Amino acid sequence: MSIKTEEMVLNMGPQHPSTHGVFRLKLHVSGETITKAEPVMGYLHRGSEKLAEGFIYTQFIPYTDRLDYLNAMTNNYVYCAGVEKLLGWEIPERAEYLRVITMELNRIASHLVWWGTYLLDIGALSPFLYAFKDREIVLDRLNEISGARMTFNYMRVGGVKWDAPAGWIEKVQETVKQISESIEMFNTLVTGNEIFQSRTIGVGKLTKEQVIDWGLSGPIARASGVNIDLRKTEPYSIYDRFDFDVPVAEEGDAYARYKVRIAEIRESIKIVEQACSQIPAEGEIIHKKGARIMMIKPPAGEAYTRAEASKGEIGVYVVSNGKTKPYRVKLRRPSFVNVAILQDLLVGASIQDVVAIFGSLDVVLGEVDA
Amino acid sequence: MSQEVLDLVTEKVHSFLGEEVLAYEEPEPPEEPREEEEKPKRKKKEEPKPERPASLNFGQPMIILNTEHWSQALAEMLRDDEELQFDFLSCVTGVDYPEHMEVIYNLYSTVKDHYLYVKVKTSREEPAVASSEPVWKAGDYMEREIYDLMGIEFPGHKNQKRILLADDWEGHPLRKDYVTDKKALGLD
Amino acid sequence: MELKGFRETEQYDPRVLEDVNKSVFFTKVEQLKAWSRTRSLWPLTFGLACCAIEMMSTGGSRYDFDRFGVIFRASPRHADVMIVAGTVTAKMAPVLRTLYDQMPEPKWVISMGSCATCGGPYKESYSVLNGVDKIVPVDIYVPGCPPTPPALIDGVELLREKIRREAKGEKVTQG
Repeated sequence: MSIKTEEMVLNMGPQHPSTHGVFRLKLHVSGETITKAEPVMGYLHRGSEKLAEGFIYTQFIPYTDRLDYLNAMTNNYVYCAGVEKLLGWEIPERAEYLRVITMELNRIASHLVWWGTYLLDIGALSPFLYAFKDREIVLDRLNEISGARMTFNYMRVGGVKWDAPAGWIEKVQETVKQISESIEMFNTLVTGNEIFQSRTIGVGKLTKEQVIDWGLSGPIARASGVNIDLRKTEPYSIYDRFDFDVPVAEEGDAYARYKVRIAEIRESIKIVEQACSQIPAEGEIIHKKGARIMMIKPPAGEAYTRAEASKGEIGVYVVSNGKTKPYRVKLRRPSFVNVAILQDLLVGASIQDVVAIFGSLDVVLGEVDA
Repeated sequence: MSQEVLDLVTEKVHSFLGEEVLAYEEPEPPEEPREEEEKPKRKKKEEPKPERPASLNFGQPMIILNTEHWSQALAEMLRDDEELQFDFLSCVTGVDYPEHMEVIYNLYSTVKDHYLYVKVKTSREEPAVASSEPVWKAGDYMEREIYDLMGIEFPGHKNQKRILLADDWEGHPLRKDYVTDKKALGLD
Repeated sequence: MELKGFRETEQYDPRVLEDVNKSVFFTKVEQLKAWSRTRSLWPLTFGLACCAIEMMSTGGSRYDFDRFGVIFRASPRHADVMIVAGTVTAKMAPVLRTLYDQMPEPKWVISMGSCATCGGPYKESYSVLNGVDKIVPVDIYVPGCPPTPPALIDGVELLREKIRREAKGEKVTQG
């Protein structure tokens, strides 16, 4: 006697504690195995690209913050660098160092949020509190220099807006030392934990060919053996002056992505320490024409600029027609491209692994929908 | 090095398509006014320079094609050819101009470490560009986004549906002639 | 405080009277209900965008929300208050209304951040709803972009005050 079975459509709806925002996954399940996964997005589509055509170049910078709000400094940077490429400006030294220090501090903060929320999704409740405690220290530093805790609006076309207050560099060096001690504690707490390992090892394996074909970037790509880090392969800003490694793993599962991100926090700490010791004590923080924002009129042209955000490759394609407002700004968001792999990756997985796989991709919905 | 890549790409595209679509002819210089005629008081407006189909854009090779020449087979050639190996699609952009529309593909080769911009021009009345989704799966969501927001069709895409806006939304917002009327949509 | 209803207090032992003074109080049932509700407001995790991260930070270690009795619940059936944190778009609005309807009475809504209050920086965008008060009745508006955790705690405190004052019979509309 055979039992009648049928496939069920399970909706991991827009409001869900583990989808990191408003994201919907339609899962077709047969028993406990997933046969088809269809991501549905657009619940946070705010139309930033259309708004960009109505603003002057400087007015769009706060909107780039709100794309990947956990890693706002890099978004600011890539947009400003895109416009500077069209203008052909050179950025003063001190501004470049301040940019690198704030971007790397932001990368540390973003990976800490990822760590805390990933473990919260898997079921461990304390790492969330530890991660946010350390993130608050980093945010204090960023708050002192830019005035805001999360959406900084700090970079400008031609440099940065505010100079570091007195004693800030020393405080940053102390903060970074505290974080490196915390990372050791996090490792002891979580990385060797049997439950965590059995939930993440072998789960969500991605091959190298899949990564390149689907256009994945960032820690997801590096955990599958694709050694591409834009800070090393096409150094932008002053990254070629620093000595750091790029962590690469071969297995391609969720555990490898975890290890790569923890190692990246350590590398960011190295970069911040080197930058703090090399930064010139005084200098201009913005290009001499950058302060006159109504005069930022790049000559007609278009260019694609990219940078390494904590989620992957963030790119901006700016088309200018010689006026003060851009003609078209296209934002290439890493999470938007990374989420596409779910159609492939979840097929054949079991329902209990969906959250572990989705969390390891580190998706931020503000970026997916723009 | 970028100039070599550009020349290589131009050569391969020409041999693939069988015609010289990327050749550029220098336009005739305008005639000098004769001595007897009075020199015009105001300078005549300069004709915009015709753009070169194969050039270097901020140091990277860029080729401009029409939508009739761009096809899935050409994309596969760019990906599979031994000397080019453009296997990573970075970004697909759609731009809306008054007379035409463009789709720009940014390609990168992880093996050879070189770039390419491919601009495909299409008309505004019936915009259609052969989809690159069968070739590089990265184009899947990015082309759907362009279809959703700009209305450019991508024949060959396996699932061309709206992605960011609701399925029953009317119009394509990112076009320059779209008027945002929030009261009519019930949002204000 | 005076002990109404106790006549001839001399017959009672002064120590008993002292104890009663300290540990018995009189109130109305409405105020008792308001006291218990304000001490354990359970919000629905409705983080939409960047404000959600500040809401999570408020629940983190530095600005602890748990000491106010606030525990985040994932299901609307278990929640009292919905903190709308982030931009509400045209696609998300029906979902938000459904979730609001699924919450049991009594329920309140806090609109956190400028996007939920009035559309915020995305006021001219084609797909953003200009303010969540177009679809649900809002009790407290917390300004900011995003509001810092102390601002959100202030918002929750204002909500508690509102609940207490409404229990006493005052109709609270602003202030």
